[in-house]
Amino acid sequence: MRPKFELLDKPLIERILDEAFELIEDPGVRVAPYVVDLLRAAGVTVKDNVAHIPEPLARRLLDLAPRGFCLYDRSGRPAVRYGGDDVHFDPGSSCLNILDPATQQPRPALAADLVRMVQVAEMLPQFAAQSTAMVCNDVPPEIGDWYRLLLVLWYSEKPVVTGAFSAASLHTLLELVAIESGGPEALRQQPRAVFDVCPSPPLNWSEFASQNLVDLARSGVPAEIVSMPLAGATAPVTLAGSVVQHAAECISGITIHQLARPGAPIVWGGAPAIFDMRTGKTPMGAIETAMLDVACAQVGKYLGLPTHAYLVAGDGRVIDAQVEMESGMSAVLGALAGINMISGAGMLDFLACHSIEKLVIDAEAIASAQRLIEGIEPRTESLAVDMFAQTGLHGDFLKLKETRALFRKEQHFPSALIDRGFSPRDGSTPDILERARQRVEELVAAYERHALPAEREHEMIVFAQREGRKAGLEGLPGIRAPEHAGDRA
Amino acid sequence: MPDTNFSAMRQSIIDGAPDTASSLAQQAVTSGVAPLDAINNGFVPGMQEVGEQFAKGQMFLPDMMASAEAMRAAMAVLDPELKKLGAERPLSGIVVLGTTKGDIHEIGKTLVGTLLTAHGFRVHDLGVDVPGEKFAATARELNADIVGVSALLTTTMRNQKGVVEALEKAGLRSQVKVMVGGAPVTRRWAEEIGADGYAKDAMSAVDLARELMQRKLQAVP
Repeated sequence: MRPKFELLDKPLIERILDEAFELIEDPGVRVAPYVVDLLRAAGVTVKDNVAHIPEPLARRLLDLAPRGFCLYDRSGRPAVRYGGDDVHFDPGSSCLNILDPATQQPRPALAADLVRMVQVAEMLPQFAAQSTAMVCNDVPPEIGDWYRLLLVLWYSEKPVVTGAFSAASLHTLLELVAIESGGPEALRQQPRAVFDVCPSPPLNWSEFASQNLVDLARSGVPAEIVSMPLAGATAPVTLAGSVVQHAAECISGITIHQLARPGAPIVWGGAPAIFDMRTGKTPMGAIETAMLDVACAQVGKYLGLPTHAYLVAGDGRVIDAQVEMESGMSAVLGALAGINMISGAGMLDFLACHSIEKLVIDAEAIASAQRLIEGIEPRTESLAVDMFAQTGLHGDFLKLKETRALFRKEQHFPSALIDRGFSPRDGSTPDILERARQRVEELVAAYERHALPAEREHEMIVFAQREGRKAGLEGLPGIRAPEHAGDRA
Repeated sequence: MPDTNFSAMRQSIIDGAPDTASSLAQQAVTSGVAPLDAINNGFVPGMQEVGEQFAKGQMFLPDMMASAEAMRAAMAVLDPELKKLGAERPLSGIVVLGTTKGDIHEIGKTLVGTLLTAHGFRVHDLGVDVPGEKFAATARELNADIVGVSALLTTTMRNQKGVVEALEKAGLRSQVKVMVGGAPVTRRWAEEIGADGYAKDAMSAVDLARELMQRKLQAVP
């Protein structure tokens, strides 16, 4: 039995959806001029850039959205399966700051930091996908979005969760990932990346978001809606009310997306949070935030759609007990909820800071959560009687062949980062932060970059140099000179 | 007018009761209490109490919003009375507020505006997605003391720097203080872009605005 965690019963899900469908018709959804004609052609009334979407149309389009799809790794293997109860994790994305590995103080992230994080995530099987985790402060801001994707594609073979920072730059990102995949058609056939698209709460598909939805649908590259109601501030204070808003934003987004190209892959996702009434902050580590994520995903699953959520992030400013308590708890809840892609690992301080040391600690929590959802299996014909028949009341289970044959399946073995008493108890065991640093060093040392076919590398470098020059970028931070296929050419 | 009504005015703000605040203000006018006395001895102490309770974690943002609304209701009655007398509530300062270019998240900025207004500042809210030049032009037009720039996203936070630069370009930087805020903003960032201050939340923004006004007044020869 696969263990499962749910927060909503069927009647409540139905009520949530009823109200969500009601909201998208009245008061409606703010949309950008870019999608007005598309909506009107489908019979939607659009007045003053507010679309009033009728339920039957939205339901019809929801039915057209695929129930699942895969993201592929560089070798063409389906490495992430969106749909059903498959669970995957990826690091949090687009952070401007990093906890400096040496000082553990926040500072602006640089290309070298992103490279290091990608290398670490590449080595950890807990992460089925990479994310464009950090914005590199050593490249001009206007090319910040595609540049981080360049580095991830350069150093990783895993699928990527990414996103554009503007309507126009989406095409630059798509061009880059298409080069890496061997052309737009190859990318469409075996998508390597999913692109996050964020509505603005409440119920607003901005110019940028509207355009990204449509352009992604037409490109055939998967889109992932990241709806983020903030309960009590930009969404109803009740968790149920915020789940309604999340559903309304997702349904309206899917409507626009499917009108642009029926059957294009899209994910019911989000980064909801509560709004802390003392500080105005949006705690990602709050249990209610995790509850929102789980409930929102449950509604998406009810509709049969692929799901995403933002969890495994903590709110403290340093790696401490609070941050890891919050991150570990939400990793477990997200996994039990069967959410297809869970983003957020590595992040702390209300998503304002990333940490590679935290990423490796989170990976241990994720591994535990992954073990948890494997559940308890009856692996032997009799559960215990046969083993007792062999050992009687002596209790020598250690000697049994079943023990040797099955302990690896039954028990997950964490890395040395987790203190299981392996080190001497003489006070010399390094603390968790030091163990995390050591783990990062080990992983980076073990990492090996696998080059792309030379002509693709060359094309990527030429592309990056051309686009970079437009923004005044000298060189390619994070890509070492000997690796420049372009330099060899 | 008995002193107990000042207590009731104070309490109406603490309770966040706009109707009560409004009718107490009306009663004060009818019974000949000087509007400035009602403001300074009745309603403002209520707002001060709310600020203190908030700082202690005993009142919350929705309470604060309700108190600001009650303050607004009282002032809606008392401001016209002050004007009739040819007077004005002493102004704490003039603030131009907005979110940076590219950022449409206004909750934090609106909260700051509400609290600044409740604490006697005249606030001009430019809304969302505001270019640096617009901040500068409005600051010049209104002879603003402070420009407050909010950003929720790490990507749009960078544009706070553009506001400082636009004020410099307009030759206003020496007259206008710049305060920045928003989820990803830090003190270090404020220093890096040459802003005058950073506030971590809406109530701190009020304290910061007061401090900046003091610094500004002290700087005047």
